[in-house]
Amino acid sequence: MYAITKKQMLTPSICLMDVEAPRIAAAALPGQFLIVRAREQGERIPLTICDYDRERGTVTLVTQIVGASSRMVCALEEDECLTDVVGPLGRPSDFTEVPDGELKGRRYLFVAGGLGTAPVYPQVKYLHGRGAHVDVVVGAKTADLLILRDEMAAVCDNLYVCTDDGSEGHHGLVTEQVRILLDEGRKYDQAVAIGPMIMMKFVSLALRDSGIPLVVSLNTLMVDGTGMCGCCRVTVGGRVRFACVEGPEFDGYAVDYDEALRRQTLYREQEQEADHICKIGRG
Amino acid sequence: MAEKIGRVPVREQDPKVRAHNYEEVCYGYDEQEAVIEASRCLNCRNPRCVQHCPVGIRIPEFIAQVKAGDFAAAARVIACDNSLPAVCGRVCPQETQCEGSCILGVKGEPVAIGKLERFVADWSREHGGVSVEKEPPNGMKVAVVGSGPSGLACASDLAKLGYEVTIFEVLHKAGGVLQYGIPEFRLPKERVVEPEIDSVRALGVKIETNVVVGRTLTIDDLLEKEGFRAVFIGSGAGLPRFMSIPGESLNGVFSANEYLTRSNLMKAYDPESDTPIFIGKRVAVVGGGNVAMDAARTALRLGSEVTIVYRRTEKELPARAEEVHHAREEGIEFRMLTNPVEVLGDDNGWVRALRCIRMELGEPDESGRRSPVPVPGSEFEIPVDGVIMALGTSPNPLIAGTTKGLETERHGCIVASEDGATSRPGVFAGGDAVTGAATVILAMGAGRRAAKAIDAYLKK
Ligand SMILES: Cc1cc2nc3c(=O)[nH]c(=O)nc-3n(C[C@H](O)[C@H](O)[C@H](O)COP(=O)(O)OP(=O)(O)OC[C@H]3O[C@@H](n4cnc5c(N)ncnc54)[C@H](O)[C@@H]3O)c2cc1C
Ligand SMILES: Cc1cc2nc3c(=O)[nH]c(=O)nc-3n(C[C@H](O)[C@H](O)[C@H](O)COP(=O)(O)OP(=O)(O)OC[C@H]3O[C@@H](n4cnc5c(N)ncnc54)[C@H](O)[C@@H]3O)c2cc1C
Ligand code: SF4
Ligand code: SF4
Ligand code: FES
Repeated sequence: MYAITKKQMLTPSICLMDVEAPRIAAAALPGQFLIVRAREQGERIPLTICDYDRERGTVTLVTQIVGASSRMVCALEEDECLTDVVGPLGRPSDFTEVPDGELKGRRYLFVAGGLGTAPVYPQVKYLHGRGAHVDVVVGAKTADLLILRDEMAAVCDNLYVCTDDGSEGHHGLVTEQVRILLDEGRKYDQAVAIGPMIMMKFVSLALRDSGIPLVVSLNTLMVDGTGMCGCCRVTVGGRVRFACVEGPEFDGYAVDYDEALRRQTLYREQEQEADHICKIGRG
Repeated sequence: MAEKIGRVPVREQDPKVRAHNYEEVCYGYDEQEAVIEASRCLNCRNPRCVQHCPVGIRIPEFIAQVKAGDFAAAARVIACDNSLPAVCGRVCPQETQCEGSCILGVKGEPVAIGKLERFVADWSREHGGVSVEKEPPNGMKVAVVGSGPSGLACASDLAKLGYEVTIFEVLHKAGGVLQYGIPEFRLPKERVVEPEIDSVRALGVKIETNVVVGRTLTIDDLLEKEGFRAVFIGSGAGLPRFMSIPGESLNGVFSANEYLTRSNLMKAYDPESDTPIFIGKRVAVVGGGNVAMDAARTALRLGSEVTIVYRRTEKELPARAEEVHHAREEGIEFRMLTNPVEVLGDDNGWVRALRCIRMELGEPDESGRRSPVPVPGSEFEIPVDGVIMALGTSPNPLIAGTTKGLETERHGCIVASEDGATSRPGVFAGGDAVTGAATVILAMGAGRRAAKAIDAYLKK
């Protein structure tokens, strides 16, 4: 059992928790994720490792309620336990293999949509801490749904906020803000986009002609997370890849987003039904 | 006179009923039936059955005890060679092993060795099990990676020799394929698999679930930081193969592993479980092994109409004969000499049909099997909304890729000697991780041989 040592609702539908998992905290690197089960009959759901504290032996998760299982995770309170937590899964981000000295002065552009802010955070923190220049574009529907704003601002060079309704920062989509930066003549060695599949697709279209390499992190459906089921398969550069072991990060220009979007809807009907039942059950 | 009695039939659930439930298909023998069946054995002086049991169980000897009604003594005989008899009695391909060479089979029906083994194991479990002798602790730690049959067998033998053993398992439940692959209706989890695992725990073996060796800890961490003196890798062959035909990424195409993991490990068939599973109206299962039969019969139980598509003929079906027979009885359709060439989708990207081509058997290849060749122009469509690929699996590259100096061969199998020694001193391996997908009994045997070799290595 994996005890929750801290819990905080960042918005009414997004919660942050620190979970005791010393072995995972010791091994985790940016870009990796966990699979958790909230209860004995629970589904295995993937969640990014948003931060880790090797000394305290905890990992930080940020979960958005989208259906029955994420709702169950967020319903747990401090001192309660997740039934299972396994990881770190997936390959760490490529830059974790670059010697620290060489990251100094490299210019990164991060684009985070919605909950994507959470997985982006440890990457930005890692790079900024090693002297890279990091600009971050964060998008949300509305200002109330922005998460980790101050934390992010503290670990990057420039933070650009976009909201769909204009309640904070740029009124519009992250792709527009990305265009503005490029038009201003900013140069980047590497771009990273993490967020809803559809957002990553449009970021890749926006950046396609810029010549800036792009990495995206794919949130496919998963079961085991170890390469055993193939549920997470995506087509990248015409080849079928398993996101859980060969990813979750891939070349953002090579991903077949339309297929990936379609595969995410595989269990939609059953999920909606499950969430419905679950809500009734809870009164 | 013994030969004159026919093989005692085993009671089974009615096919029409069991097609809609997950209860075990076969009820097994009761005491009386077992004693009668045991009386058929000729107690051969040179028993051919023993030679063809991969772990050499002293078959006539245990059967003689059953005949005498001393089931506990029978269990003790089996326990010398097999640490998972309740499992092997149920899932061994007996027709090509022990029973396949029983002398009675030459003219009539072989002794039901598997069913007798199962009976003895079940009886013994219900009556307190076989007591085992354990050597005093020797203070040395050994790590086992994977809790499938090979890991469980290796761990229990080492524990009996006095080692302090920890099994590291990536899933949240121990058992390997016994837990996530083979369905409840063939191998009950609570009644058979879990007690087997508990008995390994009872020997003092620690099982740590949710540990991915290669990520949470590496083999080198185990040896250098965690104080293990040796490691056994029994990580199986879990990586599913696909066909690389067009349309395989359509919604509605699954690997058998995904389908079976959802239903067995995650209990997706149980309304209490949160894990969803696809329930097609008409599902095609591609392949002819045990995995294909299990996926097909699971889909059937979930309410789908099921067709098995296999490119060779009935004779070549690699599945256990009993499973093929049961699948047929339950109403699964078999299309032999048929091979998929494309999965066709509808406008929304969901499967609508499987396009296949007819095959015929050509000249025998190097393996002596006549290999199937496509009949030109014979393509046709089977309308389905789900396709399950059961084309075999290979070892997961995760461990080999994160362990310095661990040699693997072309298919990703770990290179190991007969007794499990790998290219790295102190690192042993066995089971499907070494051989590629094989059988429970072979994996178990490999785990036991490795335990012996690890003991010799550490006491050197
Ligand atoms: C590598 C990886 C890292 C992830 N990291 C995080 C994270 O840090 N925080 C977080 O909150 N979520 C994360 N996710 C997504 C998370 O796993 C899903 O939100 C969760 O599984 C949904 O389960 P549910 O039962 O609550 O919702 P469901 O009832 O299963 O789904 C409800 C609806 O949400 C959508 N959905 C389902 N699964 C996903 C998915 N994987 N990605 C996007 N939309 C989905 C579908 O439209 C679905 O109909 C990650 C996914 C992956 C693969
Ligand atoms: C559906 C199906 C039906 C079958 N039917 C039969 C049958 O009827 N008769 C028969 O004899 N055989 C059958 N088999 C084959 C048989 O189950 C296998 O040969 C046998 O289980 C192999 O045992 P193993 O210990 O080598 O590996 P497995 O049983 O595969 O166990 C390996 C374990 O290691 C774990 N693992 C893998 N990687 C890691 C890692 N990096 N870190 C930690 N843990 C890890 C896995 O999660 C798994 O639990 C069937 C197989 C399948 C899939
Ligand atoms: S272990 Fe398998 S092969 Fe050996 S006697 Fe038992 S059923 Fe037959
Ligand atoms: S070969 Fe058949 S008859 Fe002979 S000992 Fe074995 S089981 Fe008995
Ligand atoms: S989640 Fe099962 S293979 Fe990736």
